[in-house]
Amino acid sequence: MTLRREFWYLFVGGVANGFLYGMVAVGYTLVYGVLRLINFAHSEIFMSGGFAGYFVMKAMIGSSVPSGFATVYLIVIGIVAGGVVGAIVATLLERVAYRPLRRRNAPKLAYLISAIGSSYFLFNLAGKEFGRYSISVPQPYVNHTVFTIFGAPVQLYYIVILIVGVVMFLGLDRVVATTKLGRGIRAVAQDAETASLMGVNIDRTIAMTFIVGGALGGAAGFLFGLGTGVVFTMGFTPALKAFTAAVLGGIGNLRGAMIGGLLLGVVESLSVVFVQAAYIDVVAFGILVAVLLIRPTGLLGERLGRAA
Amino acid sequence: MLQVNDAVVRYGAITALHGITFEVQKGEIVTLLGANGAGKSTTLRMLSGLHAPATGSIVFEGHDISQVKAHKFMELGIAHVPEGRRIFPQMTVEENLEMGAFTRKGSFSDDMERMYTTFPILKERRKQLGGNLSGGEQQMLAIGRALMGNPRLLLLDEPSMGLAPMIIETIFRIIDEIRDSGTTVFVVEQNAAQALRIADRGYVMENGRIVFGDKASNLLHDERVRAVYLGETVEGD
Repeated sequence: MTLRREFWYLFVGGVANGFLYGMVAVGYTLVYGVLRLINFAHSEIFMSGGFAGYFVMKAMIGSSVPSGFATVYLIVIGIVAGGVVGAIVATLLERVAYRPLRRRNAPKLAYLISAIGSSYFLFNLAGKEFGRYSISVPQPYVNHTVFTIFGAPVQLYYIVILIVGVVMFLGLDRVVATTKLGRGIRAVAQDAETASLMGVNIDRTIAMTFIVGGALGGAAGFLFGLGTGVVFTMGFTPALKAFTAAVLGGIGNLRGAMIGGLLLGVVESLSVVFVQAAYIDVVAFGILVAVLLIRPTGLLGERLGRAA
Repeated sequence: MLQVNDAVVRYGAITALHGITFEVQKGEIVTLLGANGAGKSTTLRMLSGLHAPATGSIVFEGHDISQVKAHKFMELGIAHVPEGRRIFPQMTVEENLEMGAFTRKGSFSDDMERMYTTFPILKERRKQLGGNLSGGEQQMLAIGRALMGNPRLLLLDEPSMGLAPMIIETIFRIIDEIRDSGTTVFVVEQNAAQALRIADRGYVMENGRIVFGDKASNLLHDERVRAVYLGETVEGD
C-alpha cells in the first residue's frame, strides 16, 4: 500500500471513529453543562447500547446477509434499540447514582465515587449475564467497498457511521439552539437558580440531558459493536477517549465535543503512519494530558458552563 | 394580594428569618429596607420558592404557596429580579427576554415589542450577549425578562446595586411606571431614599426580624430611618 493510500485509508477510519467519539462526548459535555459533573459511568451506557444492538441483530438476522431496504431497516432498528437502552440506563444512573446525592448537596467527590461504583457494577453485571468473551454482532449488510478516495477503499460500515453521525450532530445542535428543551438546558447550564426563577424545571431538564446524552451514547455503542463486537468491558477505552474529546473541545461546549471527537479520531488514526499502531492509545491519552496541562479550557476555549 | 404570616427560614442550624409578618396589597409598591445581612434577600428568596419557610405561611391571592417550588412561580404570577441581575451571560438580549416567557404558551412577540419600547437600549443590543452589557443595561434586561412572564407581582432585589446615580433614577422611574401599568411591586433596597420616594409603604428589617413598617412618607421622616438608612445612603452614594 502506498503511503498516500494508507494515509487516506486511515483518515477515513479516523473520521468514522471520530464521529463515534463525538456522539459519546456530547453525553459527557451535556451532563457536565447542567451538573458540573463528569458522568464516569457513561462508558456503561455505551456498552449497554452495544449489547442492545447485538441482541436485536441476533434476533432479526437469519442465515443470509440482508441487503437493500432490509439493511437500512436493520440499522435504524439497531440505532433505536441502542439509543433507547442507552437512554434508560442513563436515566437509571441519574435517579439512583446522582439525584440522591444532589438532594443532599453532597460534595463533588461523592458523585465521582458513585459514578465509578455504578460503572463497575454495570459492566460486571453485563459480564455475568452475557459472558466475558467478545461476541461478534450479526452483520446487517455485506461490508463492501462503496467507493475509493486516492485508491483507499471506503467501506459501507464507515458510510453508515458518517450518515448517522452527521444526522445526530446536526439534529442535536438544532435541538439545543432552537427548542424549548434546548433553551432550558442552556439556561440551567449558565445559571441553574435563575433558570428555575424563569420557570425551568431543573430536575426535569437534568433528566432530559441524561436521556439525550444516553441515547446518543447508546446508538454509538451499537455502531461500535457492529464493527468491533461486543463485550462487557467494551465501554472503557472508547468512553475514556470520548471524554478526552470532550475536554479537547472544551467541556460543556456541545460543538466542541463534536469537533474534539472528530479531531481525536483522525489524529489517533494517523498516528499509525507517524508513530506506530501500538501507540494509538498513548497518542489519544497523551492529548488528554497535554490539553489539561496547556489549555484546560479546550479548543473552543469557552468559560465553563456553556452547553451550546 | 400577598400575606406573609410568621415565616421562619433556616439555613441548617442558622435561623435567617425569625418569624416575619407583612403584606403587600394589589397595586402597591412596597419596599423592604435594612442593612446588609438583615435578611432582605432571604425574604425575597422565600417569596419566590428558592428557600421554603420552615414554619409560617405565604398566601398569594388566597392560596398558600409557602411550599411551592421555584419553577412554578412564574406561572403563579410572581416574577423575581434577582440580586446581581443574573443575566444569562451566553444568551443574547433577545434570548434572555425569551427566557422570561419560558412558561408561556403561544406567541409573545407583542410583549417583546413592549419591552423594546420601554427599554429602547435593549432593542439596539438585541443580538448582543447578555454578559457584554453594562450594569445598567443588565438591570433593564433583568426587569424586562421578569416582565415577559406577565407577572401580577414583581419582586426586585437591590435594583440600584452598583449602578450610577443617573441610571438609578431611570430604574426607579421605570419601576414606578410598572406599577402604573398594573403590576404590584415589592422591592428590597439599601438605597432607602430612592425606594421610599416611589413606594407607598415600607418595612424595616434588622437581624432577621421586621422591626417596624409604615407609610413611605412617614418613614421618610421617621428619625430611626433617617439616622440609620438615609444618612448612610447619602454618604454611601
